[in-house]
Amino acid sequence: MAGNAWRSTLLKLLARCGVRISDASSAPEICETTPLILHQVSRVMGAIKTQSPQPRTFSRGIQTVTLIPGDGIGPEISTAVMKIFEAAKAPIQWEERNVTAIKGPGGRWMIPPEAKESMDKSKIGLKGPLKTPIAAGHPSMNLLLRKTFDLYANVRPCVSIEGYKTPYTDVDLVTIRENTEGEYSGIEHLIVDGVVQSIKLITEEASRRIAEYAFEYARNNQRASVTAVHKANIMRMSDGLFLRKCREVAENYKDVKFTEMYLDTVCLNMVQDPSQFDVLVMPNLYGDILSDLCAGLIGGLGVTPSGNIGANGVAIFESVHGTAPDIAGKDLANPTALLLSAVMMLRHMGLHGHANKIETACFDTIREKKVLTKDLGGNSKCSEFTADICRRVQDMD
Amino acid sequence: MMAAALRGSLVTLAKGLSGARLQPLCARSLSVTSSQNVSESPPARADSTFKVTMVPGDGVGPELMTAVKEVFKAADVPVEFEEFHLSEVQNMASEEKLEEVLSSMKNNRVAIKGKIHTPMEYKGELASYEMRLRRKLDLFANVVHVNSLPGYSTRHNNLDLVIIREQTEGEYSSLEHESVSGVVECLKIITREKSRRIAKFAFDYATKKGRSKVTAVHKANIMKLGDGLFLQSCAELAELYPKIKYETIIIDNCCMQLVQNPYQFDVLVMPNLYGNIIDNLAAGLVGGAGVVPGESYSAEYAVFETGARHPFAQAVGRNIANPTAMLLSASNMLRHLNLEYHSNMVSEAVKKVIKQGKVRTSDLGGYATSEEFTRAVISNLAV
Repeated sequence: MAGNAWRSTLLKLLARCGVRISDASSAPEICETTPLILHQVSRVMGAIKTQSPQPRTFSRGIQTVTLIPGDGIGPEISTAVMKIFEAAKAPIQWEERNVTAIKGPGGRWMIPPEAKESMDKSKIGLKGPLKTPIAAGHPSMNLLLRKTFDLYANVRPCVSIEGYKTPYTDVDLVTIRENTEGEYSGIEHLIVDGVVQSIKLITEEASRRIAEYAFEYARNNQRASVTAVHKANIMRMSDGLFLRKCREVAENYKDVKFTEMYLDTVCLNMVQDPSQFDVLVMPNLYGDILSDLCAGLIGGLGVTPSGNIGANGVAIFESVHGTAPDIAGKDLANPTALLLSAVMMLRHMGLHGHANKIETACFDTIREKKVLTKDLGGNSKCSEFTADICRRVQDMD
Repeated sequence: MMAAALRGSLVTLAKGLSGARLQPLCARSLSVTSSQNVSESPPARADSTFKVTMVPGDGVGPELMTAVKEVFKAADVPVEFEEFHLSEVQNMASEEKLEEVLSSMKNNRVAIKGKIHTPMEYKGELASYEMRLRRKLDLFANVVHVNSLPGYSTRHNNLDLVIIREQTEGEYSSLEHESVSGVVECLKIITREKSRRIAKFAFDYATKKGRSKVTAVHKANIMKLGDGLFLQSCAELAELYPKIKYETIIIDNCCMQLVQNPYQFDVLVMPNLYGNIIDNLAAGLVGGAGVVPGESYSAEYAVFETGARHPFAQAVGRNIANPTAMLLSASNMLRHLNLEYHSNMVSEAVKKVIKQGKVRTSDLGGYATSEEFTRAVISNLAV
């Protein structure tokens, strides 16, 4: 079969490089080889030994990522991120795609099919800021992306940046927000003239899904506790259902501490002592407010990363700030938010080495305060900031 | 206290004299006792003391009320409290009790109360006692004064905000149902009438207190009809007050701005849920739930309470709760009753104790108990 032919070719290739294998399970004997060949050989060895079908993106270890530059300052900061990744020799191959709403068959708005295809194959995306046109007739692009890929969890890790001083210095928390239902279901009616009703929808399925994601995240990232944020004393049935689901899921994750707290108590304590919070999970509206509150604690949307996790393993990481049309094209933008989101993406893919390298370089640059962009309090250009980070990354190798 | 006693007797004198036609004083012998002997129907409210309904509530409410009573006694404040213990969690709630409280409040018109805790499990009715109290008295406006305390520094000093929150509709309508198993709907109701009412209240309040700006907080980009109606009502009212600047801000941006630069805000007005969030956020900015006073108004009644309403059940019996918020709110109540002298006396004493910094409860970083703090306030009353 094809697999065996493939294996025999490889074995012959390896024999030429000086590696002999008697059978697949024993350790190969390696003669004198150069370190580079050794590195490549060990990779191939791993592939042969497991004999499992590798995902398409793992050809030679390079992952494909769909890059959506966005509007306004989007293209500049995307270029900056690509440059930094190149300097760090991260095994990422970028596929640039554009997302402008087009009307599909049946009159429904959708994203261009090339973009959808690329995302479905690569499963990982990095997105810059998208502008929401006001009277275009179609819903916002973010909403479209969310619906297309069923992005149910919005994750925002908020960590105080050492070089960028805010009154809150010890923030280290993650907000996980349910992104599909809740108060943002968009169901509103005019009952009589002067009386409007908005419907908040809470379902068992979505609550269970987000709770499971929160606990998985806590486990995978060595987080000690998960706190459910709710208002079940007022909205007894809806938030009560959310809370019940969180409690049920907590039973399966006994290694992570589970607490519950009212939304107003969280707000009260968050501005007095943010260090007491770890992972927060909550429905849509509270999540929107709290995640922006936490972003404000560490310095605003210009330095906050964010990731959206969808069903079927899709994950889109994005910068949450606006398109800043007034500084677009002038090389003044701050790529930190997109860069930190890209670092989050690397961690999601398991490339912790590269992620730590790039993150440390970025924080060092900010801490040195020599080449900061205008919003961070400096006077430099985006390209200078990027070049500084690239230099640091290369120096680290 | 001398002034109040004097005023009390003067009032009685005037009442006695006004029964007979006012003759020139020299022509008639002024006998205070004789005029007092004139029998008249007893007034609904005693002339020398005001009657105020008191509902201690749950958690540390009773302890805080004790503090208020002790300070009032020491300051010889002419206020008499009518206490009612209404509590959902302690099984002291029933329809009759609620009716008693309501009738007392309707009689006295002014009340001071602690937080009546809302348990998460519900038996039959989705609305809690606290919400029902609010609805029956139509306490539509909740005003929270966020002022930095001199002598206690936080990350943001010298703050002076007023947060006005619509308290009867919005997300707290208690209209929920499970249409399909596993799917729950919760209705948020916004009406033009109530939005206009709270907007008018906010602008009137700003005008009366000499404030320059009113900011409406909303989420109309997502809830276009609901919050859109709220915004429209605020904008309509804003045109009637040309001297007051009117701005709008989205709730998540507002939260972010409050922690980065809270000085850009003056008076904030908003629907129910956002009000809950911003109240607590702003309270945290100046020192927590123990230092911020608040009150609720309807067209006829005024209820004074703390700004951030938490029962703080974990502090019950441990004597660690901070009475500052309740004392400041009681001082506001005295001002509302036109007892300016006593109001200033109480609030000055509290602020002095905090400024000196020697006696502070644990939420402000000190080691004093609630009783010690109360005693310090009493000893600082400028009697």
